Amino acid sequence: MRYAMAIDTRKCVGCSDCVVACQLENDVPIGYCRDWITETVDGSYPNVEIELRSERCNHCDNSPCVRCCPTGASHFEEGGIVVVTKNECIGCAACIQSCPYDARYSHPDGYVDKCTFCLHRVKEGLKPACVSVCPTKCLYFGDLDDSNSEITNILKNRKFKTLAPEAGTKPQIYYLT
Amino acid sequence: MKEELFASGRQIPDIDPYLNVWHWQIPLYLFLGGLAAGILFFAALFTILGKENEMPAAVKKAPVIAPIALVLGLFALFLDLKHKLFFWQLYTTFRITSPMSWGAWVLMAITPLSIIWVASYLKEIIPGWKWKFSILDDFEAFVIKNRIGLAWIIIVLSVILGIYTGILLSAFNARPLWNTSILGPLFLVSGLSTGAATILMMSKSATERRTMSRIDLLLIVIEVFFIVHMIMGFQAASQVQIDAAQLFLGGQFTVTFWVFVIFLGLVIPAAMEVLELFDFHIPVVIPVILVLLGGLMFRFIMVEAGQITRYLY
Repeated sequence: MRYAMAIDTRKCVGCSDCVVACQLENDVPIGYCRDWITETVDGSYPNVEIELRSERCNHCDNSPCVRCCPTGASHFEEGGIVVVTKNECIGCAACIQSCPYDARYSHPDGYVDKCTFCLHRVKEGLKPACVSVCPTKCLYFGDLDDSNSEITNILKNRKFKTLAPEAGTKPQIYYLT
Repeated sequence: MKEELFASGRQIPDIDPYLNVWHWQIPLYLFLGGLAAGILFFAALFTILGKENEMPAAVKKAPVIAPIALVLGLFALFLDLKHKLFFWQLYTTFRITSPMSWGAWVLMAITPLSIIWVASYLKEIIPGWKWKFSILDDFEAFVIKNRIGLAWIIIVLSVILGIYTGILLSAFNARPLWNTSILGPLFLVSGLSTGAATILMMSKSATERRTMSRIDLLLIVIEVFFIVHMIMGFQAASQVQIDAAQLFLGGQFTVTFWVFVIFLGLVIPAAMEVLELFDFHIPVVIPVILVLLGGLMFRFIMVEAGQITRYLY
C-alpha cells in the first residue's frame, strides 16, 4: 500500500477551503496550518502564468524527518504516511530543519505537528478532510499500489511534477500540470 | 521572472517567512561541545604519548573546563527542547541514522568520563584534597592505574563529539548551506583549535606554551583550508548551494563572516602566533580570546545563515 495525493493545479482556485477544513478537523492551533496555498506567478503582464498549489507534507518515501528524528517519534504508518508520536517527541526541531518543504511546525504544546493525511479518517475508509471538502474536486487521494484506483489512473493520463525532487526525498504529492 | 507568494495565511511562528527554529542555544552548545572535545582530545593525547609532566596544563588543569562546558552545553540543549519533559525519550532508543541520537549517547558517555578524569587529578591540582569516603580513594586508585585506557576511550569519544557538532548540521539536506560533509571535519578542527587556545591560556610552562601555540597555528591553517574548500565546494555544486555560498560572498552575512570569523578569529591570532615564533612577545590572552570568539561567531553564523537557505520550487 502506498498512499499518495494528486493535486490538479489547473482546477485549483486557491480558495483555502482545504486549509480551513484541516484546521477544523485536526484542531490546529490558531496561527498555524498543516496545509497551505502557494501562488506562483511567472512572467509579467500581459504574459503571465499563475499556478496555484495546495501544499502539505509530502509523506516522502525517503523522509529526511524520519531519518533525523533522534527518538523515533517521527515514523511511517501504514501506506507510508509519516506521523509524529506526541509522547515520544522531545521538540528538538531536527525534523523541522530536515524538511525541504517546511511542512512541520512546533505545536504550542511543545511537540512537532504536521499533516497526517488524516490517518484517523483514512483508517475508517474516509478521505482526508481537505480532499473531501474541495469545491473544485482538484484533490485526489488514494493507493498508488492499487492499479484500479482513481489516483493511479489520473497519474497515468496526466502530466505531473513533484516539488524539489532534487532534494532526493521521493515526495508523494503529485501536482498535475 | 518567477515570484512565489503564500496566498493563504501561513504565518507560522519561527517558520515564516524565514525558518528560525534554532536560536542561540544550539550554536552555543556547538561551541561548548567543540571546546570540551578539543580540551579532552589534547588531555588524552598527551597522556597516551606519556607527556603528562611536560604538558601539565593540557593534561591536568584545562580538563576542569571540559565537564563545565559539557554541562552548560547540555543545559543549553535542554533549553532548546520544546517538549522538555520528554527529553528522556532520547535515551530509550538509539537511532543509527540520526546524528542527534549519536550526539545524545556520546554526551551521555563523555560527560561522566570527563568528570572522572578531572577527579583523578584533583589531589594534584588542589593540595591537601581528601575524599570523604574510602571507596572514592579506591576508585581513584583504579582510575589512576588505568589512565591510559581511559585516555584511549576519551580520545575516540572526543573526536566523535567534535565531528558530531558539524554532522548535526550537515545531515540536513534541506538546508543547502549545512549540507556539506566537510562541516564535520571543519567543526572538529575549529573545536580542537579553541581547546588548544584554552590550554595555551592556562599554561604556565614556556615549553608547553610553545607546543600548544604551534599546534594551534597548524589547526588555524587547516581550518582556513577547510573553509576555502567548503566555499569552493558550494560554488561547484547545485544552484541551491551556489545561492548558499552567496550569503558569504556578497550576501547578508558577508561582513560578519569575513570580519569576525576569518579576520579576527583566524588571521589575526595566526599572525600573532607567527610573531611569537620569532620572539615578538604578545600577551597570550589576546590571540586566545580572538580564537574563542571567532569559534563562537562561526557557529552562530553557520546556524543563523543555514536556516535561511532552502530549496526553491
